[in-house]
Amino acid sequence: MIAEAGLVALWLGAALCALQLVLTILTLRTPLVLSEVEGRVASASPGARASTSLSTNGEEMGPDGAMLAKAIRPVAVAQGLLTCLAFALLILLFIRVDLSVLLVAQNDHSEKPFLYRFAASWGNHEGSMLMWVSILSVAGAAVAVLERRLNERTLIATLGGQAAIALGFYAFLLFASNPFARLTPPAMEGQGLNPLLQDPGLAFHPPTLYIGYVGLSVAFSFAIGALVTRDVGPAFARAMRPWVLGAWIFLTIGITAGSYWAYYELGWGGWWFWDPVENASLMPWLAATALLHSVTVLATRDGLRAWTVMLGVVAFSMSMVGTFLVRSGILTSVHAFAVDPRRGSFLLALLALYIGGALVLFALRVGTVREGSRFDALSREGALVLNNLLLTVILGIVLVGTLYPLILEGLTGDKLSVGPPYFNSAAGPLALLLCMAMVAGPLMRWRREDVRPLLRRLAPAAALVVVALIAIKLFAPPIGLLPLLGLGLSFGIGLGSIEPLFGRNLRRTPLFTWGMVVAHFGIGVALAGMACDSAFTVEKLVAASVGETIPVGPWRVKLASVTPGFGPNWTSMESTLEVERGGAPRTLRPQARYYWAPPTETSESAILTVWNGQLYTVLGSQAEGGRWQLRLWWKPFVTLIWAGGGLIGLGGFLALIGRLLRERRSAKNRELYA
Amino acid sequence: MATRMKAKHQRLTLALLAVAALIGAALLAMSALKDQAAYFYTPSDVGRDHLAPGRAVRLGGMVTKGSITKLPDGVTIRFLVTDGAATVPVRFSGIVPALFKEGSGVVADGRFDATGLFVADQILAKHDERYMPPQVAGAMHKSDSIETGPKAKALK
Repeated sequence: MIAEAGLVALWLGAALCALQLVLTILTLRTPLVLSEVEGRVASASPGARASTSLSTNGEEMGPDGAMLAKAIRPVAVAQGLLTCLAFALLILLFIRVDLSVLLVAQNDHSEKPFLYRFAASWGNHEGSMLMWVSILSVAGAAVAVLERRLNERTLIATLGGQAAIALGFYAFLLFASNPFARLTPPAMEGQGLNPLLQDPGLAFHPPTLYIGYVGLSVAFSFAIGALVTRDVGPAFARAMRPWVLGAWIFLTIGITAGSYWAYYELGWGGWWFWDPVENASLMPWLAATALLHSVTVLATRDGLRAWTVMLGVVAFSMSMVGTFLVRSGILTSVHAFAVDPRRGSFLLALLALYIGGALVLFALRVGTVREGSRFDALSREGALVLNNLLLTVILGIVLVGTLYPLILEGLTGDKLSVGPPYFNSAAGPLALLLCMAMVAGPLMRWRREDVRPLLRRLAPAAALVVVALIAIKLFAPPIGLLPLLGLGLSFGIGLGSIEPLFGRNLRRTPLFTWGMVVAHFGIGVALAGMACDSAFTVEKLVAASVGETIPVGPWRVKLASVTPGFGPNWTSMESTLEVERGGAPRTLRPQARYYWAPPTETSESAILTVWNGQLYTVLGSQAEGGRWQLRLWWKPFVTLIWAGGGLIGLGGFLALIGRLLRERRSAKNRELYA
Repeated sequence: MATRMKAKHQRLTLALLAVAALIGAALLAMSALKDQAAYFYTPSDVGRDHLAPGRAVRLGGMVTKGSITKLPDGVTIRFLVTDGAATVPVRFSGIVPALFKEGSGVVADGRFDATGLFVADQILAKHDERYMPPQVAGAMHKSDSIETGPKAKALK
């Protein structure tokens, strides 16, 4: 019965979603909702009142419209609750391993530990789409409950936009990916879950990323709402900003965590593979980062109106493109689990409908978006425009690199793979340029800046970069140009990003300024980690006999023993490595695991983290003569990559808290002085 | 009036900049693709087209039965990749992924050396028995290397 209850909840949710959309359209067809009518009536001439009632075609739509508008919020909330209920029921099915449900039989297994039974519910196509829809409608409900700043009509249009998106994905779930389908007769045992995904990382990584992905739908709906009601201005930007920030924080954390997960789980020693699935999460992040900055220009200086709306549309479009890539199964990627063209074309149709629709609306309404205030080319706004342009170009490069092989294969049948060399050489230099703009931007004034004072403020950071470059050239082993520049620049970013704090009273510095400083500093930290990893990593691949010692960088690694072992649903060969670099020896135990449901081998890397980097060890298979394959890396300062990612997320969080506090304070002040 | 003109002008400038950025991105991407993209080849393609040594390519086919030889260093293997019509020798140093075995499909990234030997940097792992790179699925008709559900159950 649980599965049926889940399906009913889903259908009810879809029905409420349709109702939400209809209510929105009815409300917006009424020229003004009640509160605005009252406001207008007070000041308007009798003629204006007459025209108001005329345009409702004689029906009593004014008060009705207000009633309808009142109903929209509860409907949105109920819809959010219903999808959560459906998702909770699916999780329950997975925890109880109900093998009469097809999805559970395919992806669950009774011998699997609790956490992975729990996480298995979203480690598959249908479950992850249900999670997607749940987050989408919860985001809509959150807007309905929390958003008080926006004018009522724009808010209603926003909720309508959210409902319009959700409706398509409800249809996709119910008609093409029903997670609650029954299996008759029930299976004797589940087919298990991809062992690679049996990792604590899976329990937290996809939900985090999905909240970020789908959270951007709110920005999309805001953009649609503002276009529909012709209400693009600073107030709209201030209302939209926390939502964008929230989604962006989750995206940042999700990408960072995903990168670390791939790093230790795949056992390839890399932290970013430019895999299409990774790109699918990077593209929304790039667009959201651009949006985050342009929305600030709109909120603070009333500039970049049309551009901000456009980015709101683009950011969530990238989320949908990502969903399409991952969920349609068209990728040549370890992440794409199944091939099912019917689902692919369904998703493609949704994609075309929503992105196309939003772009048409943009084209129709952009003429009514007034020009914002102007600024000099050399100004904070100018720097933010440069930031946006560079992010857009990088986004374009990633998008082309990700889609081109698919399109080419579709059109000509030629098969082609686009890998790290393309992305690094095309996007790398631009990213460094972007970092420089990032340092300069916060040191500029709004509206107009003069060259000389700016150069004076930039001088310390620039000097540090030069010193760092010379020092690296002199003392470090020869390294490639891009890592060299990246490493040198990271020092400049570190100094330049905290420079906005110089000469300020730190206690009175607003929290959101701290947020910006921390996030920018995090970029410098992450960049340093990336540069060190690609410049200084030492790799050793050997077949070692038990008792043999292998030097890697400063480390000496001794293969002490290899012993068989077992776990709940796997057997393994476990090696014991004694590692030391002058101090007391430490022990690492990399494993090669053999899962039996489904039969798969994985390698469980073992990583030793020290203050200046990580020693990464992988056990391979047995070679002749009783030797064992070992792959060892010494990766100096590689940890900075994820530390930087964490700082970026923390910066976003501080900024979000800062903005919310500031708003609450000014709302209180308004009440006091009203 | 003059300021309004100027306002229009700035908006136009920004729009043009955005368009220029997009065109720039497309051009940059296309030129990088020309240099950096690795095309997928089957052994027959390799015989037909003359590949410059050192160019990054992706080779796909079937591992010839009985062709895997292990070199004395314990980490290097040599094997033959075939598509039925032609055969290419491959050398790979590293830990071979799970499910890499004789008679099953394989995709390898790497480059040819001057002697016609394909030196693989990476053999693409097939991590899930339900997942198969479409390139392999397309190049071979139907590989029987994929263990399906029943076998999984039988093993259990």
